Amino acid sequence: MAGRARSQAQAVVRVEGLTKRYGSVRAVDGLSFEVYEGEIFGLLGPNGAGKTTTVECLEGLRKPDQGSIRVLELDPWTQGRTLRERIGLQLQEAALPDRLKVWEALDLFSAFYPKARVADGEELLARVGLLEHRDRYIGKLSGGQKQRLFVALALLNTPELVFLDELTTGLDPQGRRAMWRFLEELRARGTTIVLTTHYMEEAERLCDRVAILNQGRLVALDRPERLVERLAINRRLDLELAEASASEATLNALQSDLERVPGVRRVEVGPDGRISVYGRGERLAVDVLGALLDRGVRVERFQMERPSLEDVFLALTEEA
Amino acid sequence: MRGLGKLTKTELKLFLREPEAVFFMLVFPLLLLFVFGGIWGNEPSPYFHGLGFVDWSTPAYMALIVGIAGLVGLPVTVAGYRERKILRRLRAAPVSPLTVLGAWVLVYAALTTLGALLLIVAAKLAYGLRVPGDPLKIALGFGLCTLSFLAFGFLLASVSRTARVANITGLALFFLMMFLSGATVPKQELPETMQRLGAWLPLTHAVELLQGLWLGEGWGEHATALLVLSGVLIGSAALSAKLFRWE
Repeated sequence: MAGRARSQAQAVVRVEGLTKRYGSVRAVDGLSFEVYEGEIFGLLGPNGAGKTTTVECLEGLRKPDQGSIRVLELDPWTQGRTLRERIGLQLQEAALPDRLKVWEALDLFSAFYPKARVADGEELLARVGLLEHRDRYIGKLSGGQKQRLFVALALLNTPELVFLDELTTGLDPQGRRAMWRFLEELRARGTTIVLTTHYMEEAERLCDRVAILNQGRLVALDRPERLVERLAINRRLDLELAEASASEATLNALQSDLERVPGVRRVEVGPDGRISVYGRGERLAVDVLGALLDRGVRVERFQMERPSLEDVFLALTEEA
Repeated sequence: MRGLGKLTKTELKLFLREPEAVFFMLVFPLLLLFVFGGIWGNEPSPYFHGLGFVDWSTPAYMALIVGIAGLVGLPVTVAGYRERKILRRLRAAPVSPLTVLGAWVLVYAALTTLGALLLIVAAKLAYGLRVPGDPLKIALGFGLCTLSFLAFGFLLASVSRTARVANITGLALFFLMMFLSGATVPKQELPETMQRLGAWLPLTHAVELLQGLWLGEGWGEHATALLVLSGVLIGSAALSAKLFRWE
């Protein structure tokens, strides 16, 4: 997926200059981006960054103050109902009556879509793992089960494009992992997915591209691994020296030697011959290990910490 | 209007699963019938134009059923759906607001009709209820009252933030109207100021129209009531179309 050539992919969502104010607060401020067919596109940001407002404008549930939006070539606000026949959506906050049964919810919502689009409800329930609960009241479902029911409802009309707003919030780790596998299956079937999340792990694992929002503005948009590279965030190299090399005198000498290695920003020497080197650049590990070998130091173990999207996120949102 | 039938059926099913929600609408009028019927009986009297107390009260209690549906039942249901974000989920499907509204009108119209039929059957069996008027006209008048009060109910639902607010507002309005409309205390027994106050309440006109049609009077004799009820219907519908919020 990550290798998908952009020229072949069609934009199913086009947003230009989207602005939405609540009173004097600009929830979304001049946002522009595109979502390509078949990708999982992540909207990331802290609470109040404007993720949900953006998604609700795309779904036609909120009217933008400024800017233009096309979703599947439709205007979500003026052609919302036509659009919602073709997209699936799971809302961050929504509910169904407690005394409605699982299968009745699917049955009811089936009636709202053109017959030709409606998927087989039993099969959907099986796919989200709720088939054994089909006769239960919704009020008796656990949080995770309700969330899965809402996913099933979002997929009921075999949508071309699905919006998932904080889908995995409130799920336990197993539930979250199961949901990730489910979304990967969905993408494999050709469905385009737009999701909002504040879990970095989720975005790194699932998303082909992520847009990072802060205070309603786009601060970065790229493939997760490219964002990490581009920002040249400090990497950390943890080293453990062999006992013979770990005397205090050697360590102190090593510290000043290592600080002169290109790319190194900081060296921390701990007890028992542990050294942490912070620095930038692709050659950091090679150069540090080379310098140690030159001095005849024996390295017992070493580990390179890969900067995560979380580091990117913190770097971007703090500087903004 | 795709989905109207299914939504109506689903809502009816939900009511059957929560019978406490309709208790007030179906059982309260019967309670009034048996308490006051037990006290006054149904002997013909000149005070009631040659009819008995039950003959005179039954159409008034039918108006009360409509009042409960429109002032309490519908607004509490709709405000509750909004408060619990169920409306939000419905709107996320390609369903027209008119479909959602239409389903509730159908459900509540079915419930008020059921309530009226239960009341009539009970009055007939227990007190030998007499119906001098034309049943078709009574049914039409009842239909107009129902639509008018349901429209007013949507207006209440539109301006009530929560189900609790809707409940308190609705009950207060309902009891005010119940005592001043002539539905329980005959209008002519009320002091003049109270009568004048009552004339401002839509339920007073519903009671007057239904009692009149029950006695066999024509539409023409109740032009004011017809005008008021149609006005409430149109005005409330227009206002709630403007004020209604999905969330």
